[in-house]
Amino acid sequence: MNLKIKYFGLLAEISGCPEEELEFSKTSVSELMETLFEKYPLLKEKDFQVAQNHEITSREMHITESEIALLPPFSGG
Amino acid sequence: MSRYSRHIVLSEVGQQGQSLLSTAKVLVVGAGGLGCPVLQYLAAAGIGTLGVIDFDVVELSNLQRQILFGTSTIGMNKALAAKNRLEDLNPSIQIHAYPEKLTAKNVLALFDNYDIIVDGSDNFTTRYLVNDASIIANKPVVFGAIYKFEGQVSVFNYQNGPSYRCLFPEPPKEGSVANCSEVGVLGVLTGIIGSMQANEVIKMILGFNHVLSGKLLCYSAKTAEITTIKVEKSAKEFEKVYALKDHLTDQYPESSNENEVREISVEDAFNKENVQFIDIRERDEFPQIEIPPNLQIPLGTLEQNLNRLHAEKKYIIFCQSGIRSKVATRLLQELGIPNCQSLQGGALGIMEHLKTKT
Repeated sequence: MNLKIKYFGLLAEISGCPEEELEFSKTSVSELMETLFEKYPLLKEKDFQVAQNHEITSREMHITESEIALLPPFSGG
Repeated sequence: MSRYSRHIVLSEVGQQGQSLLSTAKVLVVGAGGLGCPVLQYLAAAGIGTLGVIDFDVVELSNLQRQILFGTSTIGMNKALAAKNRLEDLNPSIQIHAYPEKLTAKNVLALFDNYDIIVDGSDNFTTRYLVNDASIIANKPVVFGAIYKFEGQVSVFNYQNGPSYRCLFPEPPKEGSVANCSEVGVLGVLTGIIGSMQANEVIKMILGFNHVLSGKLLCYSAKTAEITTIKVEKSAKEFEKVYALKDHLTDQYPESSNENEVREISVEDAFNKENVQFIDIRERDEFPQIEIPPNLQIPLGTLEQNLNRLHAEKKYIIFCQSGIRSKVATRLLQELGIPNCQSLQGGALGIMEHLKTKT
């Protein structure tokens, strides 16, 4: 399926864009992460949560929604 | 006309709402980019008791965003400087300044005196300490955090809602997320995010329905886009914190790293021979220091400039007030420069020392 991936904070600096479209043929969130890690190896070293259609999801879940967001924690104040 | 007439005239606030604000007690952790706008709006709104805790001092590079301070308060403790400014803004409220670090030792006693905690801190250790202590003390936390042009806002631990750990269970690896002084931040962003935090505080006190609990609001100053992400409560994360209840000081030890850093007083430093001083402040920081002669290597560029230093030489590291230099000293030790010491009091201490000499 065709996914829209949104990158927040420093993750957008790694991907080089705040969002992109991606054709994805596998099933789980963790498989999607493997695909993204291959594309952007530096992502692998970062801590972040994944949201599907604006809801935090776990890595074991299936991809059921087309909008995915990668959210890192921010510490600045 | 009363000070609060523009609030009281709102049917959703009224005299009754204003009196709720005047009996509320709110503690703001950190008087930095976020803490300043939060404190400013809460003081103006007439929050009856406002606490502010910050151990840091005002520096020139803070003034781009930390709007409670001015050039005349450079070098002053932030909590005390904030209190001075806020007392002028609204003398009818109680303001308590705590010029100290929030630690596992003082956190629970401090939280006990307040109804709502605002997290405007600038590091993960404090954020997780605030989260864990707020769960133990059963206080809601209005969370705000920023990175360059983006901010996150949420209300945690409110009416049985999720906590920060439900969103991010564990702190990220040290050094994997840089802070403002290393990467920069758009000044006005801290005003936007801090104002959103102040708004959530007021909504909670007034009993509005749509408090930002169970949701993480993400704002981009570049695109003005707001994305709201749903966050579920995780009972497991709460249990993890309840189990810490009597062990907070073990979980958050007094920064052992800080104890390892060797410090030296200005007087001793000036008496020392064969040492090289290093100024790790940004190039535009004032006062400029020429005595003693020093190398200028801003903290963020230390690693790139390692080839200018030698493992067998002795160094004294200074910043504005002696806080960042501890970070730099620790970093240099890790990078294989063993003989370095952090100068207590920093550039301001040097100025003071030179003044008493003449």
